[in-house]
This record gives sequence, structure tokens and C-alpha cells, in this order.
Amino acid sequence: MISVFKAEWRKLRRPTLFLGTMLASAGLTGLVTFLLFWLIDSPQGNSDRGNTISREILQLPSGLTIGFSNAAGLLGIVALCVFAAQTAQEYTYGTLRNLLVRQPRRMQLLLGKYVSMASFAIAMVILAAVVSMSLAFGLSGKAKVATDAWVTSDALHELAKTFGNVLLSVIAFGTVGMILGLLLRSPISAISLGVIWLLIVENILIAVKSSLGNWMPGNLMSTIAVGGTADVSYTHSVTTVAIYLVASTAIVMTLFKQRDVSN
Amino acid sequence: MVGMSNLAVAVQDLSKKYGDMFAVSHANFEVPMGTVCGFVGPNGSGKTTTIRMLLGLISPTGGSGEILGHSIKHPEKYLASVGAMIEGPAFYPALTGRENLNVLATLGGYGTDHVQSLLERVGLGDRGNSKYKTYSLGMKQRLGIAAALLPNPKLLILDEPTNGLDPEGIQEIRDLLKSLAQEGTTVFVSSHLLSELELISQHLVMLRKGKVLFAGKIEDLFLAQQPFILVKTPNESDLPKISEIAAAAGHKSTIRSGVAHIEGPADWAAELNKSAFAAGITLSQLSPMLPSLEETFFEMTGDSE
Repeated sequence: MISVFKAEWRKLRRPTLFLGTMLASAGLTGLVTFLLFWLIDSPQGNSDRGNTISREILQLPSGLTIGFSNAAGLLGIVALCVFAAQTAQEYTYGTLRNLLVRQPRRMQLLLGKYVSMASFAIAMVILAAVVSMSLAFGLSGKAKVATDAWVTSDALHELAKTFGNVLLSVIAFGTVGMILGLLLRSPISAISLGVIWLLIVENILIAVKSSLGNWMPGNLMSTIAVGGTADVSYTHSVTTVAIYLVASTAIVMTLFKQRDVSN
Repeated sequence: MVGMSNLAVAVQDLSKKYGDMFAVSHANFEVPMGTVCGFVGPNGSGKTTTIRMLLGLISPTGGSGEILGHSIKHPEKYLASVGAMIEGPAFYPALTGRENLNVLATLGGYGTDHVQSLLERVGLGDRGNSKYKTYSLGMKQRLGIAAALLPNPKLLILDEPTNGLDPEGIQEIRDLLKSLAQEGTTVFVSSHLLSELELISQHLVMLRKGKVLFAGKIEDLFLAQQPFILVKTPNESDLPKISEIAAAAGHKSTIRSGVAHIEGPADWAAELNKSAFAAGITLSQLSPMLPSLEETFFEMTGDSE
């Protein structure tokens, strides 16, 4: 599996993919964090869907990482695209047959690819966290947000918890991308379906019937990143997402193991 | 039958069915170690499907097979010693040729030390750092062959390796395959360039509509074919008389494009020469021939049934 991991990283580290993805992640997280502080006094709100995160909340030990955790959904979409593209392109380029000739143990191939992409996601999340926290410190003066609580042991604890939750959420999004890539065997189809479902279909369904938010995978994965919301608990989100992913992963692994490779 | 330990490939009743249609039907053939074996058949005859089954990419519907002494049900036991290029080269367009080989070398656990020497061996030594998407079809084909050579294979399986190559490139690949065979590598190569296969193959497997028409030594195939004699005369009006002489001796003949084609063994040519001289006919050409692989192929795979 180590050889699969190393081989996959040879593809992941190519500059356009690696730097492009890292810059996109840093840019998105930076934008969310910037708006959080820049619009702190705006009557239109400074967070998603017009919500306001007040100065008092930002001054708490958890305030340092609010921008980072708010960007988790966007980081998740980026991870979904990377995982889906890296998986499905093996079918469209016809390279899967080369990989399977060199590594015929299909489960090892799949697992090695997954672990390497997960490590890519970890690098992405670390960079996003660094960018977001640096911006938070940089913008705190202009936004008149006191940072005393950000350098306490409570803040460190909050950072570790938020980082873990965001990482879990991002890897869950990525896993959905890989599942779609294996099922649809086309990067465009996998990414389109994933993004349209997560950004459009789920929002329409939740707007029509709010209780559906308890069961929509995108909403649940975003809820994991922020550690739970008033509407959906963290435990429910983690449990439900785990059930969804384990069931669908079992299906695609069976398909991948048994399906003929004829392209 | 050759002893199993001397066989690189052995398949028995190997079949692949899609719906009601057999892509490969009860194929039986063997490829001895250290030989170059041509794998020929019209488009859609089941060559690529057979190769995919041998490489564990698709599951057979029936039958069995062995590669280097291991069942094709366990490709992980033999693929480390097998190099393959299936249905043309397939690589990542955004990576260079070298990086593409590095990916496969790392995956196979071979290390990347000999990637440069492989690039040089296939004539891409100075283009290894160019992106794959900038390669011509011939260069892509060469990279595919280099990738197949990565494991220093005991068995090399190549599907149409000369596609897209110019005559010089074809000659280079032919020489490469010959040298690999001399080094002891068994080469199983499918191609539609039958004249090429005729030059390098000792064995042949011929498929048509998923069925094996012939499998064995190439000379056995030719021996089974009807030899013929080509005759030309300075004066074309003498050719009907040549046909009469042949008919009198019990040999069929046809006249095409100013040449008489007489079905008959090579040793009858001297008799024909004597009879023609006796009849006052001068011959400008008298050539005993065996059918080429291409002629044999068309005869065997033709839709005459």
C-alpha cells in the first residue's frame, strides 16, 4: 500500500494541481475570515445566510477559529472535486488498466489512493487553518476584537477540536467525491453531481422542509465542521454521516473489486 | 504439448460472454517460453478481450489459464514479471513521459533508477521531460512500450505496439522485440501488420469471431497452406498454353495481371520449365512460392463460410 501511496503522490504533487488547490483553499478560507472581521458591524451580517457573529463571540477562546470552521463547507467542496477527479480520471484516461497491471490487488490500490488523497486534504486543511488564524490576528485590531482569550490553553483546546472537526468534515466530503468518481467513472459527471447536490438540491430541499436538514449528507458534513448546531447535534451528524459513508463505500468497493476494466 | 513449466501462457477453453454473445469462445492455445508469438485476428475477433483476461482486468466467463505457471485467477502472483501495453498507450496528459514512468515504477516497487535507460531504449531519451500531451502518436506508443518494460518482464504482452509508428519506428520496434526475445523474454504481440509478425514470430495464435483458428508454430501454418508457382512469359499470349500444361499435369491455374498462378509444389517447377521449353515457350519468371502470412490470414479469416 505504501507504493500506491507514493505513486499517487507523484500525481498529486504536480504544480498545477497542488499549488492550485492549496491557493484555492487558502483563498476561500481567507475570504471567509476577512469578511467575518471586515463586516463585523454590518447590518447585513458577517457570516453565512446573513447571520451575525458578534464581537463578543469572536473574543471568546473559540473566536480564533470561527473563520476557519465557517469555511469548512467550501474546503469540503474543494476536497470533493479533488478526490472525484483523481479517481474518475483513471477511467477517462484509461490509466486504471496500467495501475491494475502494476498493482492487481484492487483493494490495496483503492486504499492507497484514498490515504494519499486524505493526506493531501490534511495539508490543505493545515494551510487553511494557518491562513485563517493569521488573518484573524491581523484583522482583530481594525475590527476592535480583543485577542487575549486566543492565546490561552482554552483557545488551544478549541483549536485542536475545531481542526479535528474540520478535517473530519473535509475528508467526509472527499470520500463522497471518491465514491462518486468510482460510481460515475467520469470527473465531470462526478463533480457536477456532487456540487449540484450539495450546493443546490440540498438547500432547496431544506428550504422546503427544514427537518430534512437532519438527513442531508452535505448539511450533516458541514455541521460536523462547526461541532454541531442548534438544529442538528454533533453526535447525530457524525453517526449519520458514518452510516452513509460506510454503506456507500462498501457498495463501491464491491463494484470496484468485481467490475471488469474494459476501457 | 510442451511441458507446463516451459509455457509462458497456456489457456484452456477460455471464454468471455457478454449477454448472449461470446467475445472469446473456448480458446485453447499455448505460448512457449522465450518465443515471440504473434496474436492476430480481425477487429473484434477477441484479441484485446483475451489479453485483458490474461492480465486479470476482466474475469473469464469460463475456462482457465496460466501465466508463468500461475492461474489467471491470481494475477498478483505473476504480474510482477509481466509487462503489458493494452489497447494503446494510456498516461496522464499533464505529466511528463518520465513522470508517467515514475508513477508506474513507484507503484510496482521497481524504483526509478532505470527509467532514463528505458526512455533511451525506446528512442525518447531526449523527450522524457516533455509533457505526455505534447507527444505524437508514435511517441506515445514508444512510452507505452517503455512502461511495459519497467518490470524487466519475463513475459511481454503488447497490443498493437506499432500503431502510429512510421516505417523507421516499426523497424526499431521490430529490432527491440527481437533483442528482447534473444535476452529470453517471451513476447506475445498482437498486430494487424502481418508482414511484421511474419518477420519476428516463431509462434502464432489466430483468432476469428472469438474462436482460435490456429495456434502453433508459424512454419506449421505455412506447411498446411497450398504452395503455388508464379509464371511469366515475354509474350502474354503464351500464358494460356502454360495453363494447359498445368492442367494436363493435374494443377489448377489462373491468369491475373499477366502472371499465371499455378497451384503446385515447388519441385514441379522444373518439370513445368521443361514442358514449356518443349512447347517452344520461353519463361521470363518461374517462382515457386508459399502464401505470405497475410494471404494465409485472409484465407483463414475470410467471411466465406
